[in-house]
Amino acid sequence: MDRLRDKIVPVTTLLVILVVAWYAFAVLLNSPFQRDLDRRAGETPGTVEFIGKTLTQTKPTLPSPDQVATNFFENTFLRKITSNRSLIYHSWVTLSSTLLGFAFGTVLGIVIAVGIVHVTTLDRSLMPWIIASQTIPILAVAPMIIVVLAAVGITGLIPKALISTYLSFFPVAVGMVKGLRSPELMHLDLMHTYNASRSQTFWKLRMPASVPFLFTSMKVAVAASLVGAIVGELPTGAVAGIGAKLLAAAYYSQSIDMWSALVAGSVVAALLVVAVGIVGRFVERSMGGRPA
Amino acid sequence: MSRLKPSWQAVLAILFCLAAIASGSIAAADPAGVYPYEATKGLILALIAGAALVSMFRIPAMLEVLVLFIGAHVAAWLLIRGIAGVEGTARAPFYLLIAAAWLLAWRCVAVLSSIRTGSKQVSTALRLIVPTIFGAWILIIWEAVTRGAGIPFILLPPPSSIGVRIVNSLPILAADVNQTIFKAVLFGYLIGCGTGFLVAILADRVPFMRRGLLPIGNMVSALPIIGIAPIMVMWFGFDWQSKAAVVIIMTFFPMLVNTVTGLAASGHMERDLMRTYASDYWQTLFKLRLPAAAPFIFNALKINSTLALIGAIVAEFFGTPVVGMGFRISTEVGRMNIDMVWAEIAVAALAGSIFYGVVALIERAATFWHPSVRGG
Amino acid sequence: MSIMIPEPKQVAGMSEVKNPVIEARKLGLTFQTNDGPVQALANVDLTIGKGEFVSFIGPSGCGKTTLLRVIADLEKPTSGSMLVNGMTAEKAREARAYGYVFQAAALFPWRTISGNVALPLEIMGVSKAEQAERIKRTLDLVNLSGFEKKYPWQLSGGMQQRASIARALAFDADLLLMDEPFGALDEIVRDHLNEQLLELWARTEKTICFVTHSIPEAVYLSTRIVVMSPRPGRVTDVIESTLPKERPLDIRETPEFLAIAARVRDGLRAGHSYED
Repeated sequence: MDRLRDKIVPVTTLLVILVVAWYAFAVLLNSPFQRDLDRRAGETPGTVEFIGKTLTQTKPTLPSPDQVATNFFENTFLRKITSNRSLIYHSWVTLSSTLLGFAFGTVLGIVIAVGIVHVTTLDRSLMPWIIASQTIPILAVAPMIIVVLAAVGITGLIPKALISTYLSFFPVAVGMVKGLRSPELMHLDLMHTYNASRSQTFWKLRMPASVPFLFTSMKVAVAASLVGAIVGELPTGAVAGIGAKLLAAAYYSQSIDMWSALVAGSVVAALLVVAVGIVGRFVERSMGGRPA
Repeated sequence: MSRLKPSWQAVLAILFCLAAIASGSIAAADPAGVYPYEATKGLILALIAGAALVSMFRIPAMLEVLVLFIGAHVAAWLLIRGIAGVEGTARAPFYLLIAAAWLLAWRCVAVLSSIRTGSKQVSTALRLIVPTIFGAWILIIWEAVTRGAGIPFILLPPPSSIGVRIVNSLPILAADVNQTIFKAVLFGYLIGCGTGFLVAILADRVPFMRRGLLPIGNMVSALPIIGIAPIMVMWFGFDWQSKAAVVIIMTFFPMLVNTVTGLAASGHMERDLMRTYASDYWQTLFKLRLPAAAPFIFNALKINSTLALIGAIVAEFFGTPVVGMGFRISTEVGRMNIDMVWAEIAVAALAGSIFYGVVALIERAATFWHPSVRGG
Repeated sequence: MSIMIPEPKQVAGMSEVKNPVIEARKLGLTFQTNDGPVQALANVDLTIGKGEFVSFIGPSGCGKTTLLRVIADLEKPTSGSMLVNGMTAEKAREARAYGYVFQAAALFPWRTISGNVALPLEIMGVSKAEQAERIKRTLDLVNLSGFEKKYPWQLSGGMQQRASIARALAFDADLLLMDEPFGALDEIVRDHLNEQLLELWARTEKTICFVTHSIPEAVYLSTRIVVMSPRPGRVTDVIESTLPKERPLDIRETPEFLAIAARVRDGLRAGHSYED
């Protein structure tokens, strides 16, 4: 009841406003071209007919929501998933390298975090670089990785996954370091009074304490991983995937295709973040966390 | 207690030296039958083994650091210098000796990290020196491996040639930085952060809007917004305006979400206090809620500094006039001028770090009172 | 076991109180929570006159803090009326009729001590020169001269709380509302601040409402002690103090002091018996 009032109603209202605004902008942005067309054809359509025409162009400046929805629906549910035009097919290509890179990145991030927490030398020498590397526009490296790896004969999934790995291990490493250091001094002292070994302290105190931090940063990481996979598909060579689809549509100025590829990317992102969130909540609950 | 304190790094370094002696010459003979390193081999071995041995005695930490530092870096310098001109001829001892030198550097960093000092200057200096040595060794190993194994230039150029390239292409790099950063990034960043902030204040006045915007903003922040780039290029043309548009959209949502969250961050007691003064909305906003929100706002400014740069560079992959960092990267990749790509990446990294650093410095000055800043 | 439940009685000498500052009539406040309505205050009648030092004491949940917040217009009563200086609580708040001291110092960490004391003055539009003069005077009053340029986190807990009292005094309201101001401090600091507070009260002749859960504190400070009990929050007893106005710390060992403390304790116990 409260949830309905506090969240669902305002969100839905705003979304409706957004869609209405989208239609208005579609009419506004598409009308100069439509006027041009009509003048050349010598037609003088009425206002309603004119607005209808602006919303049904084949290559509109801004496609209307229903055009995007129709295109998205057709290319998602009506095509065979092996077809080159199927969004499921493209999403799957992107998703597979996202997941591979995300898995690599998470493992790498955890390993680095464990190293940093336990080895002072690593903490002092590596941690500043990890923080500094977050300030670097690392995505700029993406095309080079693809092309260079292609030159030594590595193509397909791995190069894209590597970019995703690169983008996703930073948040996990930083979040995990924070998490592994989150136990209070009192709890660490308690372990000390038991004369617990470092590995016992790690498995019984640090690891469980870090779980909420891990899942929070994994949500960020999975979104970054998807961005990495999409950008990895942009440079020459990639023929499949959401990024490739976006680039091809941009090349032929098929704006409707572009928007529906964008929607597909957003759907994949939302699903991934929600999935990580659900797994996280499940794990936390099974560990006796308070349901929030 | 003996006067020796062997460390695993030093012992391993000596073992590597012995293995290097046993496995012959450092690099293959040149066509004239002359072996490189004839003159320096003894010196290199003496430097590494000597430094390793000295470090195992109980000597003052600073002296140990000095010996290790000189031994490791002079040896590495001699090794890399020796391979110049005869790239690709390195044999196993070359890598063994580089590894030994690296182990000494590790030992050096480990000793530095364990130094506990009361002096603030010394500990600040240590916090800078330790990562600097680490970073330098990434470059040293990169340089040694690419030159030693003769990795083709187009795959991975050694850092030294990237450096040369940067120095030789300064005018081009400057033009790219001007186009991408001073036009697209700064304009987009200011507008994006500014509108995000203003909309957040607006949303704050209308609770209904705030409740709706927060979940939407949070969700949008996770979406691959970068994909909007081709559409913006279609709308606003090839020049910097389209890149600025991408940057505006990418920086808007983090700012919105963080500011809205920050405005809710002031404590109940503090807000009650303002109420007892019958303080009006704007007085409470400026005297309490905005200062309390400052850490959140600066967090968004920092996140956005990176996002803005990424947005502008990637957007340039979709079409630009013939200048710009993203343009340079994508075309030089196509022409296999990998060293120019690396040069551009180095500049982008530098620009990104400076951008972030400036925001972080302002943050320190503005939120000096926050526990995370005043605690060190 | 049968227990005598004291009748909710009229406050002693209500009609005798001269120059009433606070007048509560049949005051009630019910919170709507997820577990149903909670009656925080029921049928509270109370009159506090000018210059009095009144303590509210009772177990947690008895509504003593809520009552103070109603006086301050931080909560709205759901029944009855509350007059402060003869106006509604809201009007009184808008007229800046009182200074409020919270359980914690609640100083703004981005302002210096003098900046914090200046906060209400800035909001009320006091001129810069006047501000400087008042900051100096109030900081003198709480013995914090010389700490003007320090930030709150650079001071001890007791000093922070003194600064927050200075902030409440800065705009010269005649009424001071204090919600367990010394609750988070250790007993040694608390004794010291109690002594200083009495001295301050004597010098400024303000009316003070003081919430506490410490019996010795209430007896030591007050001219009148209001005993409250929970479920629903109500006034069960009002005790006039017979102690002289001049009170050294060792007055707490006199038989007179102990007798008043015993009466307060009895009142608390009678209220408590409701629960079981």
